[in-house]
Amino acid sequence: MTRTHAVTRPLLDLLLAGVLAVAVLSALLAISGYSVRDALSALWQGAFSSWSVIASGTLLRATPLLFTGLAVAVAFRAGILNIGAEGQLLLGATAATAMAIAVPASFGLIGTMLALCAGLIAGGAWAFVPALLKVRFGVLEVISTIMLNVVALNVTGLLVRGPLQEPTRTFPQSPLIEQALRLPRLMTGTRLHIGFALAVLLAIGMAWFLHATASGFRLRMTGANSRAASSAGGVDVTRVTVLAFVLSGALAGLGGAVEVTGVTYALYENLSPGYGFTAIAVALLARLNPIAAVGSAIVFGALEAGASAMQREAHVPAGMVGVVEACVILMLLASEWVGERLASTTSWNRGAPPRTPEPSSVSAAPTPPSP
Amino acid sequence: MTAAPLADFLDASIRSATPLLIAALGETIAERSGVINVGLEGAIIVGCLAGLATASTLGPAPALLAAAAAGVAITAVFALVAIGLVADQIITGTAITMLGLGITSTLYRVIYGDSGAALSAPTLGPIGIPLLKDLPILGRPLFQQPLPTYVAFLLVPTVWWWLYRTHAGLALRATGENPAAARAAGARPRRIQLWATLFGGACGGLAGGTLVLAQVGTFAEGMSAGRGFIAIAIVALGRWHPVGALMAALLFGMASALQFLGQALGLTIPYQIFLAIPYVLTLTALGIASGRYRAPAALGVRPNVAA
Amino acid sequence: MVLPPGTNGTVTSGAPRLALHAISRRYGGLQALDGASLNAAAGEVHALVGENGAGKTTLMKIAFGLETPDSGTMTLDGAPLAPRSPRDAMRAGIGMVQQHFALVDAMTVAENVALGGTGTLDLHATATLITRISADAGLPLDPHARVGTLPLSAQQRLEIVKALARNTHTLILDEPTAVLSPDESRDLLTWARRFADDGGTVILIAHKLREILSIADRITVLRRGRTILETRADATTETALAHAMLGLTPLAVRDKDGRRHTSIALRPTNPIITLRGVTATDENGAERLRDATLGVHAGEILGIAAIEGAGQRELLRVMAGRLTPLRGTATLPASIGWVPEDRHRDAVVLDATLLENLALRGAGSRKGLVAWNTLRGQAAAMMRERDVRAPEPNTTMRQLSGGNQQKFVIGRELADDPRALVVENPTRGLDIRATTSVHDALRAARDAGTAVVVYSSDLDEVLALADRIIVVAGGRTYDVPNDRDLVGRAMLDA
Repeated sequence: MTRTHAVTRPLLDLLLAGVLAVAVLSALLAISGYSVRDALSALWQGAFSSWSVIASGTLLRATPLLFTGLAVAVAFRAGILNIGAEGQLLLGATAATAMAIAVPASFGLIGTMLALCAGLIAGGAWAFVPALLKVRFGVLEVISTIMLNVVALNVTGLLVRGPLQEPTRTFPQSPLIEQALRLPRLMTGTRLHIGFALAVLLAIGMAWFLHATASGFRLRMTGANSRAASSAGGVDVTRVTVLAFVLSGALAGLGGAVEVTGVTYALYENLSPGYGFTAIAVALLARLNPIAAVGSAIVFGALEAGASAMQREAHVPAGMVGVVEACVILMLLASEWVGERLASTTSWNRGAPPRTPEPSSVSAAPTPPSP
Repeated sequence: MTAAPLADFLDASIRSATPLLIAALGETIAERSGVINVGLEGAIIVGCLAGLATASTLGPAPALLAAAAAGVAITAVFALVAIGLVADQIITGTAITMLGLGITSTLYRVIYGDSGAALSAPTLGPIGIPLLKDLPILGRPLFQQPLPTYVAFLLVPTVWWWLYRTHAGLALRATGENPAAARAAGARPRRIQLWATLFGGACGGLAGGTLVLAQVGTFAEGMSAGRGFIAIAIVALGRWHPVGALMAALLFGMASALQFLGQALGLTIPYQIFLAIPYVLTLTALGIASGRYRAPAALGVRPNVAA
Repeated sequence: MVLPPGTNGTVTSGAPRLALHAISRRYGGLQALDGASLNAAAGEVHALVGENGAGKTTLMKIAFGLETPDSGTMTLDGAPLAPRSPRDAMRAGIGMVQQHFALVDAMTVAENVALGGTGTLDLHATATLITRISADAGLPLDPHARVGTLPLSAQQRLEIVKALARNTHTLILDEPTAVLSPDESRDLLTWARRFADDGGTVILIAHKLREILSIADRITVLRRGRTILETRADATTETALAHAMLGLTPLAVRDKDGRRHTSIALRPTNPIITLRGVTATDENGAERLRDATLGVHAGEILGIAAIEGAGQRELLRVMAGRLTPLRGTATLPASIGWVPEDRHRDAVVLDATLLENLALRGAGSRKGLVAWNTLRGQAAAMMRERDVRAPEPNTTMRQLSGGNQQKFVIGRELADDPRALVVENPTRGLDIRATTSVHDALRAARDAGTAVVVYSSDLDEVLALADRIIVVAGGRTYDVPNDRDLVGRAMLDA
């Protein structure tokens, strides 16, 4: 893929996704008997109508999606199917809450940073478990990460009803985080916090890491062709896999810490409405490219913000956006297949998730079989 | 401990386990053929809604079939993209789950309005097996259950027999291990995977119907509550074997029922620990993989498109 | 066995059974078969021989329905035969045991045999059938064993029993003795003889001429996709067969400049690569290389000549530092270039750019940042020097032709002046121009003082390039003078 393609392809993808989303949404609205115009205008109102709306709505919603989207993208680039971003985010939030409660409010921003670090470490540690199971015991990470999500949920639920519960012991949630320890606002007058800026910086950082450092290069090559990485490059594939998994978990954990110190200010079980799963869609749309993930997270953030508005103003059930997102993913998958059929010479699969069979010049057609 | 709380506990365990077992049996078949369907959650939730929507017109028992049909329908989309277009199974499955949750959410509101009031459906009452139901302790839990529980119980030996005692089952197992060998022996791996996946979808839908029609009696958005993922864990803990799925489902059911038992016994152990135990057990069990009990070798592997 | 319809239960030994006539098959730019034929009779062990690349497996795959011919005809007992899948062939009574077995490792022997049937599964009945067949045929097999635990020889017996259970009367065995020890080979060939004596037909694709002459009734020799020779076994000799296989007359070996190569360039230095008593295993843990002791010196091309599966694969990887020996020591330099035969799987990342593929070498130990700018310069220089044609600088490896990919890999491996370079089938699938380029590069490396090891399944290529030759046969290494006949015979001797 050439340099120019590397920039225009993601933009085209995002544009295409946006157009598809609106098209599918309109169709669904029409079928269900809603006023398409009212609904779409409500969507716009909720997502893009003013800078304040963009900040408090779209960008705010995009932030956790960007953290988890980066987590998933990094993992997929390394050939790891991390479906556990949900649990890693939750435990990151938990650790951050615990830290924020433990440190005195006088710590101020230092305390906030400690909380974020706690989240990062917790998320990474939670990802270490499936990583170890994978490289040492060959356990499919798809299954182990899904299960660890549930365990994480239970751990959180236990804590918010126990040691981390708010003082009146009435609700299953943590006490509110002190004002001084919360993430500062990025834009005054909006709900947007600096976590968004942090996420964008991390996206840039991830891109730099993947493309400029030797370590990031090893990660990418391991995900693309682990046999060649090992044989031609002398890469320690096991080490790279574990480190990538932990990095992925750390990103998701940080996302949880940010969410709790910047938006909810308290921990409760249902903190994540499925960020870890939407993250898969975010990563796919971005074709696993960290910079494109910013745009992708914004697209999904806009859909989510607009969904609330649509529900409020036009009485369109919020679930419809879930349908739209799913349709966009399915259409993107289908378009990849079409693309492969039409143009087998161009490299459309750059950034496609793992699990394709490893290529072989000896067994694949049209090289003739050994006579 | 008196008999009554124990019987209550077993009863609650089996009731919890039933939808999980049904979904897990379907997913076992799918995974044995090499397809991992994380869209199972989507199949369950559409089964829930379909069961609710058709219960008053069809009656609760036929509504179960409608639920199964809904599961098949959404899983057909999964099969088209993941098997037909050879897309990544995980991403496709995730999309299907999102689709199912979104569609049911939307349709529920569209059909039943914004009020959010609980709508109730005619439910299936327990069917008692004469004589057996009066057995001490085990009588009520095992022999006085609604229809789906008996279906689940019967499904276990049926799936077992089909999987291990028919050529079709052998071909399916071979497909999940080494599709090339299956093809060399004259089988058609893609077709096998398609039917296996659709069966899994039917079971998922049926499980959802069970939730609504034999337990809760109503629908709520997201009521599947991750059962699709639990079912996937059950398949793994049960070592991809139908009887194993039965044991594992019971384990998960018991863990969920333990919270009530704990309260009855005045235990102060938080119930989350009980809920988490089956998962930790599954992970440990997966770690100790021995030759016969590991995942199908070709699980989740996309076939070479040229083949 | 069930004999084909029309034979009325009797078999006239010598009656024609499987006849392939003027079969041609092309794959892209390669003519794999060019009017090949074969005539196998009932009650006969028929050997099909030829060098690697001659077309033997392709011809038999066509008979078994795994491939279809572009032209030509086939008959079975006089009736037209055109199987479009293995199922058709099996129904006609033809069975094939391929080089790579089609078995499900996690299942038992009985389950593998039962696979493909219909209705209810009765493994007891299958097990009984297996016991009977294996007793009758003298192929011991435990129906309840898991295939994954069986040695290759047992797996092969399973493939044969599978065919017998489907009432095969014409059995094709593709290089069956490649995975067997001498004793096991003898047992198998004895079985084949008995099968033929009972009226069946065995078509044996094989290499080892001595074995073939001891067991076969008739022999067909293929060379470059054509049938060169069809003869009775008692009417020919090993030498005649070797000549037919390797070329009708021994070719004079000349290099690019038309000069006949003299042997070893005498540079009395310490070897760059030293192997002492090295025994190495393949991925399944089977010993493939036994007790190899040799040295490779700076400024020489060591040619490795061997038939497929003789152990050269493991030898090359030990020398390249990619395989740790089971026993013995391998003394290697720090920097070794390695060009494996499966380029797409082991040497390059197809969907990465050329620059990234260049950076792959040494990626494992690189620290800090990747010096892309420096690499870019290196890539440009290297590609110019090696004449790697690429559409534009940022292309992916996938977009390059096979020849350019290979030139790139060789360039990359030589870029940091390694002390040694090991290459495996470096010109497989390449056209003449690319092949010449690669050969020039190897010679240039040798002239610059690198110790070069070359293995090719094309004997002519090895002879043209090598200063010195080592033959690998049956896992052992032998020094052989650079003489076509001698090398050929050493390769084919087990």
